[in-house]
Amino acid sequence: MAILTARKLTKRFGGLVALSDLDLDVAERSIHSVIGPNGAGKTTFFNCVTGFYQSEQGRITFLDLPLNGLRPDQVTQLGIARTYQNIRLFTNMTALENILVGMHTHLRSGWVGAILRTPHVVREEQGAVRQAMELLAFVGLLGRGDYLAKNLAYGDQRRLEIARALATKPKLLLLDEPTAGMNPRETMEMMAFIRKLRDELGITILLIEHQMRVVMGISETVTVLDYGTKISEGSPSEVQNDPRVIEAYLGTRRAVAH
Amino acid sequence: MVFLGLVGMVEVFARKAIIVGVISLGHTLLLLTGLAAGLQAAARAGRRPIPALGAALLAGAMSGVVVCAFIVVGTSANLRGMFVNASPALFGLLSFGRGTAGIPLVVLAWTVVSLLGGTFAILPPAIRRPLSAGGAAVLLLGLFQELLQLLLQEGTIRPLVRAFFFDNDGLVVRGAVTGLAAAVVWSAVRQRWRPSIRTRFLHMTPRNRRASLYLVLLLTVVVLFYLPIFLGEFVSQVLVFVGLFTLMGLGLNLEVGFAGLLDLGFVAFFAIGAYTVALLTTPEKYALVHLPFWAAVPVAVLVSLIAGIFFGLPILGIRGDYLAIATLGFGEIIRLLVLSDFLKPWLGGARGIVNLPKPVLFGFEFKQFGQLFWITLAASALIAFVAARLRDSRLGRSWMAIREDEDVAEAVGINTINAKLLAYGLGGAFAGMGGAIFAVMIGSVFPQSFSLLVSINTLALIIVGGVGSLPGVIVGSLFLVGLPELLREFSEFRFLVYGAVLILMMQVRPEGLWPAVSVAREFRPDEGPSPAREEALATGGEGGG
Repeated sequence: MAILTARKLTKRFGGLVALSDLDLDVAERSIHSVIGPNGAGKTTFFNCVTGFYQSEQGRITFLDLPLNGLRPDQVTQLGIARTYQNIRLFTNMTALENILVGMHTHLRSGWVGAILRTPHVVREEQGAVRQAMELLAFVGLLGRGDYLAKNLAYGDQRRLEIARALATKPKLLLLDEPTAGMNPRETMEMMAFIRKLRDELGITILLIEHQMRVVMGISETVTVLDYGTKISEGSPSEVQNDPRVIEAYLGTRRAVAH
Repeated sequence: MVFLGLVGMVEVFARKAIIVGVISLGHTLLLLTGLAAGLQAAARAGRRPIPALGAALLAGAMSGVVVCAFIVVGTSANLRGMFVNASPALFGLLSFGRGTAGIPLVVLAWTVVSLLGGTFAILPPAIRRPLSAGGAAVLLLGLFQELLQLLLQEGTIRPLVRAFFFDNDGLVVRGAVTGLAAAVVWSAVRQRWRPSIRTRFLHMTPRNRRASLYLVLLLTVVVLFYLPIFLGEFVSQVLVFVGLFTLMGLGLNLEVGFAGLLDLGFVAFFAIGAYTVALLTTPEKYALVHLPFWAAVPVAVLVSLIAGIFFGLPILGIRGDYLAIATLGFGEIIRLLVLSDFLKPWLGGARGIVNLPKPVLFGFEFKQFGQLFWITLAASALIAFVAARLRDSRLGRSWMAIREDEDVAEAVGINTINAKLLAYGLGGAFAGMGGAIFAVMIGSVFPQSFSLLVSINTLALIIVGGVGSLPGVIVGSLFLVGLPELLREFSEFRFLVYGAVLILMMQVRPEGLWPAVSVAREFRPDEGPSPAREEALATGGEGGG
């Protein structure tokens, strides 16, 4: 069953068509990759799903609920979380605070409660800190909760960003190039970690990835975008042998000659 | 140095004695410049004795030569056409009264002084610290002699203390020596005992630790309660102003420091608070109702809060520099509205609303500054407490997330619209309370009191104190509001000194006088994380207070 569906999705920036008539289904509990050359519209698609962009045409539904017109925070409340291509942590906050911010939607206390610090608020905060510590442990950052996010090592920053996304308790996690800038060993660890997210937490993973080794290694379905349209979709091996994909990545014979 | 002489500071200060009959402020200034030159040169040379002293020697000789050149030019040609203050008296002062004949002496003096500065730089800290404490003490005693004498006028023991330290002209030698000795001893004692007190505090059981904290708190309250009685009206008035700016600063800090929303129209909320109280308490024709002060304050706070939310609505989507300009407009709109003829029948126009009654509590009228200080102090304490609680809450975290990256904050589920409006509303409410107290302190409200300069001063005090830091707000307002009032000694150079201090501050301590914890680490990353805090969070999650 599809957890996320996009139908005839179109997004334009002025005259540039970033996405045109895109249809895409993400199956529940799957690991689904979106690949394509630079400027193919992958990140634009993420931004449309998360409410950061509003599409001109088309429909996106998540668990049969329409996402069109929702603000990013409302989309997140429904259970979609994301990470960014260039890591975007709250750099001057500690790792723990980053995760606590991620838990925002699952906490209730308002400003009056904050000032009076009622027993309820105190309990809620303690519970939140406990859960945040558990998340830190889950992503392997235990003991680094008090580091400022920007002082963490690059790989740790990636994992903290995922931990922050997990803190929103998502059903669908969008990862934008999670292995960008990683060495082979870190990449292997990240792949194992992504699999663990799906297997242990049951989270559906939609990821943008450039490293073919990662795409082919962990995805069950691969969608290939080029110029905002879907040019191929299927299992990694199907996609790999699709002539249109090869053409998009390497160009046609004529283009090469040119 | 030449610059200082030309603007006339040296000459004016020459008339002010630091220690009567020994050294004048003008000479002190020269001396300090020389010392600083040596210190700087030595520090750059790396604090190893030989190169450091060499550098200091060179720096001193060079400054001496420059000053001599200045003397030669000044005595042979008349510079007064361009520089009003390049008077014969100045050159007399610079050349120790000997004119061009004193040149070798001048170079020698500068070299010696600079060498002293250099020596000072290479001294071990254990000696350097008490010495600089002593020097600073004498300087402060001399600088603030007028103020101190004022404070020591009444009572039985105080005049005796005054007679010991000062005469009519200023600090006397025995006073200076006593001050120096006291500061040296105090600094040495502090160095010896402070670490042990600290470790003892850290090794206390949590219960004892809490008890001793409460004890310190209680002592502070008692001291602050008696402070206005001891200090007299003038200083109390200054302190009330400091308190009001603290209130404003705490409010603006909530917007700028916590949520990262730059606001240059903050005075609007101050005005709204003040005018609300005025309209609710004045016996004049503008009165809406006649409420006592205590009932009017909550209304003023509420009105400011609502005003803050309405103020925030149109500027929700504006970020960064544009936000600063938009808010700048708001502040001016409010001021021009109350000034306008259009609203004159209700707000009194340029003549304002006068004759506000002073607050009365159980038959006790708060009419003197010393008494109003208590109200300001109580309000500041309350607001600081509220601000600390907010900072350490879910809302505080979402503000900081918005400050760090608004898009991502929204993407992790924060309703940025609500969070930003709350920042404007609560920040406005804090300033509204300040405005309310300001209205009854002055006893009247005029549009002129709510100029752009108030917004800018508030912003400056936050930056000087440390953006996002609550103690920083208090330190900043003491420094930027209190100090200029007390520095009346510097006469027309007050603002020059003020400006110079600001520039120096931003150079030396860009993070502020008392920075927030995370900002301190940002500017000094080598200090690393503190495991203690993580532990505290893990065990209790209790941070504020």
